[in-house]
Amino acid sequence: MKQFKTFKVAALTALMLGTSLTPVMAETPPNMLVIANRIDDIKTFDPAESFEFAGADVSRNVYEKLVNFDPLDLDAGFGPQLAESWEISEDGKTITFTMAEGHVFSSGNPVTAKDAEFSLRRAVLLNKTPSFILTQFGFTPENVEETIVATDDKTLVITLDQQYALSFVLNCLTATIGGIVDMETVMANEVDGDMGNAWLRTNTAGSGPYKVVEWKPNESVLMDLNPNYGGDAPAMERVIVQHIQESATQRLLLERGDIDVARNLSPEDIAGLEGVDGVKVIDELRGRLMYFSANQKVEMLADPKVLEALKYAVDYEGMANSFLKGQYTVHQAFLPLTFLGALETKPFTYDMDAAKAALAESGYPDCGPIKISVRDAQERMDIGQSLQNTWGQLGCDIELIVGTGAQTLDRYRAREHDIYLGAWGPDYPDPNTNAGTFAYNPDNSDEAGATGLLAWRNAWGIPEMSEETLAAVVENDTDARAEMYMALQEEHQQISPFGVMFQQIEQNAMGASVENFVAGGATTAVSYWVITK
Amino acid sequence: MIGRVMPIDPVLAVIGERATQAQYDETFRELGLDRPLIVQFGIYVGNVLQGDFGTSIRTGQQVADDIKRVFPATLELATLGTLIGVFLGVPLGVVAAVRRGSWIDQVSRFVGLIGYSMPIFWLGLVGLLLFYGILAWVAGPGRVGIFYQGIVEPITGMLLVDSLLRGEWAVFKDAFSHIILPASLLGYYSLAYISRMTRSFMLEQLNSEYVTTARVKGLSESTVIWKHAFRNIRIQLITVIALAYANLLEGSVLTEIIFAWPGIGQYITTSLLANDMNSVLGGTIVIGTIFVCLNIFSDLLYRFFDPRSK
Amino acid sequence: MTATADKQSMREWLLAEEPTSRRQARAAAWYQGWLSFRSNTLAMVGLIILVFLILCAIFAPLLATNDPFAQDLAARLKPPGWEGHFFGTDSLGRDIYSRLLYGARISIYIVLLVAMVAPLLGLVIGTISGYMGGWVDVLLMRFTDIFLAFPRLILALAFVAALGAGIENAVLAISLTAWPPYARIARAETLTIRNSDYIHAIKLQGAGTARIITRHIWPLCISSLVIRVTLDMAGIILTAAGLGFLGLGAQPPSPEWGAMISEGRKYILDYWWVATIPGLAIFAISLAFNLLGDGLRDVLDPKEGGQ
Repeated sequence: MKQFKTFKVAALTALMLGTSLTPVMAETPPNMLVIANRIDDIKTFDPAESFEFAGADVSRNVYEKLVNFDPLDLDAGFGPQLAESWEISEDGKTITFTMAEGHVFSSGNPVTAKDAEFSLRRAVLLNKTPSFILTQFGFTPENVEETIVATDDKTLVITLDQQYALSFVLNCLTATIGGIVDMETVMANEVDGDMGNAWLRTNTAGSGPYKVVEWKPNESVLMDLNPNYGGDAPAMERVIVQHIQESATQRLLLERGDIDVARNLSPEDIAGLEGVDGVKVIDELRGRLMYFSANQKVEMLADPKVLEALKYAVDYEGMANSFLKGQYTVHQAFLPLTFLGALETKPFTYDMDAAKAALAESGYPDCGPIKISVRDAQERMDIGQSLQNTWGQLGCDIELIVGTGAQTLDRYRAREHDIYLGAWGPDYPDPNTNAGTFAYNPDNSDEAGATGLLAWRNAWGIPEMSEETLAAVVENDTDARAEMYMALQEEHQQISPFGVMFQQIEQNAMGASVENFVAGGATTAVSYWVITK
Repeated sequence: MIGRVMPIDPVLAVIGERATQAQYDETFRELGLDRPLIVQFGIYVGNVLQGDFGTSIRTGQQVADDIKRVFPATLELATLGTLIGVFLGVPLGVVAAVRRGSWIDQVSRFVGLIGYSMPIFWLGLVGLLLFYGILAWVAGPGRVGIFYQGIVEPITGMLLVDSLLRGEWAVFKDAFSHIILPASLLGYYSLAYISRMTRSFMLEQLNSEYVTTARVKGLSESTVIWKHAFRNIRIQLITVIALAYANLLEGSVLTEIIFAWPGIGQYITTSLLANDMNSVLGGTIVIGTIFVCLNIFSDLLYRFFDPRSK
Repeated sequence: MTATADKQSMREWLLAEEPTSRRQARAAAWYQGWLSFRSNTLAMVGLIILVFLILCAIFAPLLATNDPFAQDLAARLKPPGWEGHFFGTDSLGRDIYSRLLYGARISIYIVLLVAMVAPLLGLVIGTISGYMGGWVDVLLMRFTDIFLAFPRLILALAFVAALGAGIENAVLAISLTAWPPYARIARAETLTIRNSDYIHAIKLQGAGTARIITRHIWPLCISSLVIRVTLDMAGIILTAAGLGFLGLGAQPPSPEWGAMISEGRKYILDYWWVATIPGLAIFAISLAFNLLGDGLRDVLDPKEGGQ
């Protein structure tokens, strides 16, 4: 009863204030793409520093790389972009790139090998978080002058510390950090020897189809065409990405025609869009995995039978068909589908009998207290609560420790968690990106401090498996390399303290006329320049 | 200070989860965390006094710049909310006091009770659902339609004012249709407070002897009410309005979250959830200072005009 | 003496025009207060709602139709009335009605804790400040002013951030922001009591400061604090719910009402009940406290009375 009166009061108030305020119902202009997305993770646009999802989306449309993916044919793998061809030396340690013609920065400067040399050296010298993608090939601030060299305006020579699979090296160069910046413009904006880092945080200087015109943190990014872009002129002359946190809001905006694309709709809102005219939903498999991992410092969790029990007592299908519906698919290996060597086998199903049997065989038939560290994001808390429910049925006493991203991460890196419920996205489109963290931990001591390695964070010492992982990065026969990863994953599924559960499917809803929207698959980010509407 | 003693690691918030130990150590030094706590605190206070709130971890920008950007949005919302509260609340309170016990008095009491009892975030959600989702009378969350972004060059930072000054009618209309629902919501809460206070001030006046005398002298009822009683409560009312205004600046936190309003409340909350302590502290200090200033202002006003305190 | 006679005489005793003992006088004052309170319909409505909610909280295990934590992913987001779920189910298929009942426990728990911590803190600081006077008074009151100067929700947010999210920390944060008004009231009361003859007499008997404050001043401050606390209850509940809504209060799977709204907010377009029903529950309990508080004030503070 009471709520009814409230409604009347509220309705009355608004009636008095709002009758004449019917909003302008407008369609977005035909040459403008308006996107609703969560972009609050953007901290910088500097390709040497940027390491966030929304940042990669911007970077891909602003900066070109030596080699890159064709958005309309992602399966083809990398192809030429700023470099028109490359050659590898006999010993496999030197790669010589020949630069392509006709690429121009937004400032009007042509792209030369000198810019490429500057950009790659800069990424190593600045030594920001993503720099490991390059430094794993042996580049150091001390040796870049010899190892990354532009011999003339058209030729770039890079020298690796040993032989690696060529695909591994070139895949790494397609990552955000491989973005080539305009040396002249950037150095003109240098402050205190920062190689333009401060300036590039909020400005862009690339040769890609767009340039950033305005960025309001947590609000919006506005991109206009790069007037000097060398390729075909994109149909969308202006792209606005607006930060909209709520799925429901994104949906309403889309239904009203206020936006062209909504990128963070919940399964419920996707379902709600069914039958709405003029709206379509496109599914795309992305590289992000959801997993839980058990700290091997906790005695009970180091018992392989306990781990087996936990892996069986997960309602994989139940979750994938309810609150994760359409947005995650069950996947149980550390390489995401569409990656080279991805393993499709799913050895674990939701099987309480098997779980109970395994637990009975373990040293802890009654289970015990387990704390699950979860970040305070809705889908993770839902997964956490489901785990709490099913593991609780095993007799375990499960407590959810919910914290902000940094809080949970802090415990994880300090190896203080019991179970960590996490997500992992590939850093660069090569199998080593995940193998090198899930299945690589040569020195498990606390002193090693290898906080970047997931295996280390879970105190899982695997000297032998680490060797296998290393062997796979130097194998130049692609099929053999794939085989090696498959074998690695099969062993990993059985013995590791990692329970990989799901791989993300991104569901982007958009106006029916929007064509060629490609979010980037498992390997790269979104490409606005091919979109038409 | 809170940020310095928090059990959470600010370094990780800067460099993310992939960083190596060496990068971690470097950032640790860059943030000055290797110095003793008391020194860090001293440096922070010193910087704040010079208007330097440090750099935001989350946005990578100067906190002072961030606040300059987000604060006008809150100011705009709170001002409109207070205006609504004053223009509806004061007459309602006066009428309720004059017609004591009548239906309008009951309505005013009811409005007040609801205002004090309803979770603002819930009312906001329901309002959004009803007026935007179902009825489509107003525009949705956010400050302005997305494709109106970046059209108006900021002057004051308050979009309604700026779009008028620049003569951008379409933007003004769109912005108004965005602000009206959250502002009405905030206005409702300030209406509840203002009408209640107005009513009790008026009652006090109407029961006093001079009003009886005036009535006996045969002055018309409206003269008695507006020329005499209401005149006397003006100062008290201004202090109440100042307080209501200060409360709205704070009350906007939850409203801003619901309506995706890019103001300081949302800024503080999201910073908090991201462990971005420089931003939280900077935002809190700014709001706290304004709060204190408004309090002092209403105190002074009261002392200056109230004959009893002379 | 029969029971009826006893009852009558009890009433007479309470309504006696000339009480014969202090105890009788005090009891009579309380009784008359109750009589006038009872005649206040709205306040009684508040009391009834509140008693009802407290009973719900106490007997939650008996009244609940389901385990509030039991998930059923096959039966998620079902509408009210679906297969015996009075208020439907939430996003994990849990029964909202049962969660509401258990959530009432949390709300009452929060209110009780805050109602114990904040006034106590205020009482200690206020009485010390008022009794000691001098620089202690100046110092403590400046301190109180600083706390008063900051907006409460934002201060609570900052405290929770420092302490970590969770229900106890939320209670602590709310208490830390709620005490200054109590300190002011306690100080004002103390100032009027401090110079009374009876305190002087006790002092002459050689009682120490601590003893005077705790034994003789505190008891006299309590009644005015109680009224104030009742009036503040609704605010406390709303703040706690706000913190829960922001994800800084009670943590999942706890059925705290604010957190339930926050969870249900995602589904509001298609499954309105998930977020709206807990909202109505919060509204009911804070309305009850407001009605009750208004009624109490009418009874105890004649200036504002007679509405």
